[in-house]
Amino acid sequence: MVEDLFRIENLSMSFGDKKILKNINLVIHRGEIFALMGPSGAGKTTLLRILNFFEKPAGGDLFFEGTRLSHVREINTVRQRMSLLFQTPTVFNTSVFNNVAYGLKVRKMDRTAIEKKVKDALTIVGLQGKERQKARTLSGGEAQRMAFARAIVYDPEILFLDEPTTNLDPANVAKIEEIIMQVCDEKTTTIVLATHNIPQVKRIANRVGLLLNGELIEVSSKDQIFNSPSDARASAFIKGDMVY
Amino acid sequence: MNGAEFLYGGAVKAFELIINLDPYVMSITGVSIKVSGTATILAALTAIPLAFALSFLNFRGKQGLITLVNTGMGLPPVFVGLFIYVMLVPAGPLGFLKMILTQEAMILAQYILVTPIIAGISLAAIKAVPGPIIETVYTLGGREKDAVITTLKEAKFGIITAILAGLGRALAEVGAILIVGGNIAETGSIAGIGEGLSRTRTLTTAIVSETSKWDISTALALGIILISLNLSVNLLANFFRGRD
Ligand SMILES: Nc1ncnc2c1ncn2[C@@H]1O[C@H](COP(=O)(O)OP(=O)(O)O)[C@@H](O)[C@H]1O
Ligand SMILES: [Mg+2]
Repeated sequence: MVEDLFRIENLSMSFGDKKILKNINLVIHRGEIFALMGPSGAGKTTLLRILNFFEKPAGGDLFFEGTRLSHVREINTVRQRMSLLFQTPTVFNTSVFNNVAYGLKVRKMDRTAIEKKVKDALTIVGLQGKERQKARTLSGGEAQRMAFARAIVYDPEILFLDEPTTNLDPANVAKIEEIIMQVCDEKTTTIVLATHNIPQVKRIANRVGLLLNGELIEVSSKDQIFNSPSDARASAFIKGDMVY
Repeated sequence: MNGAEFLYGGAVKAFELIINLDPYVMSITGVSIKVSGTATILAALTAIPLAFALSFLNFRGKQGLITLVNTGMGLPPVFVGLFIYVMLVPAGPLGFLKMILTQEAMILAQYILVTPIIAGISLAAIKAVPGPIIETVYTLGGREKDAVITTLKEAKFGIITAILAGLGRALAEVGAILIVGGNIAETGSIAGIGEGLSRTRTLTTAIVSETSKWDISTALALGIILISLNLSVNLLANFFRGRD
């Protein structure tokens, strides 16, 4: 069953007179791993920030499960069902447990349930037993995995990941990619992955949207875009001929 | 008597006054702690919410308030003392309160001096919390209220430092409380030292009067206590800064 979870229509964004996103039309299907692929500076982070309501688009509409998002109330409700992982992991100055438990406490879950869910999430990211450690003392890779656990612990329906593996060593990259696929499979979480990493897209995405200079050049299945891209710029980017 | 003997004799007697818990000296210390402590608590209860309002809310007159806080941080105490004095004297607009020459008037003066200091330093501590930390609260489904609580937790050591800075300033302050409190002690004398128990006499104002009466050992005793109090406050502030 293919179902539209998030729909973006005619979305545009500018910073000053600089057009950052131009007439974006995109549908995210429930349960997929959608890769928002593009070189650095293409506008991936800006688009994720708009979808998480941190920036107000210059124009266009957002629909969540078919409902147009307009009021702050709806936005707060939708936000509760989503999660976003920033490129640079943020760490609350407290224990690993309190970091990961955050989204559950905000949702007023009871203590026993919180403890169980935090434990499970830490196990998924390979940080079991680190509950009591001060989060600031984690290594870079551990901090990123903790942030990942914090983002998925409350079972969001849609998870936005902004370059989740940049600055990580190969072992951590493999681990994070494995977690992404596991979360998508087991928790049926929809995943939107912004990345400039072509091999990563090949490894884990179902569908791909190629963003170049704020334009969504092509949106298609992974096989299609890598084997027979319909746009010349898309094939240049995929072959690595594109200078950026 | 040469200079060294003079100093030595004064210091020995000063230590005796402290070790024997001289009632006059102790009553002065008590008034200092009570007045400055109360003023600091009241100031913190005003300044911290004010700092949060200035950081999180948009309202008319906000820029004016920020200017007021910044100006208030450097207010000359004697000016504040003079201002409160003319308000509170029997002929003044608030003369009916009969507050002049009371500990309450001193608390009011120090409250006005200390509130901007605590607000200003707290504001800086809140501003120092990284933006992505606050945004993370929203990505995890938190609301404005959760963002405020998280900011408070992240900035807590900075805010404690602000309160201690306010307390240090209040304890060391002399101009304002001298004017509005009058440096009053009960008439009579205990064991021939100083006068009766303190009413509005504090460590700082008593040092002024004891020195001018040439009672060097009492002034020294008060000075040693004052410095010890301020040193403790500073050590505590350093401890919390180290925790951050
Ligand atoms: N707050 C901002 N103000 C001005 N320009 C910005 C801002 N944020 C991003 N940009 C610009 O928007 C463009 C897209 O940035 P971004 O969305 O971060 O790209 P990506 O994530 O694909 O690397 C870049 O040219 C960047 O400089
Ligand atoms: Mg980016």
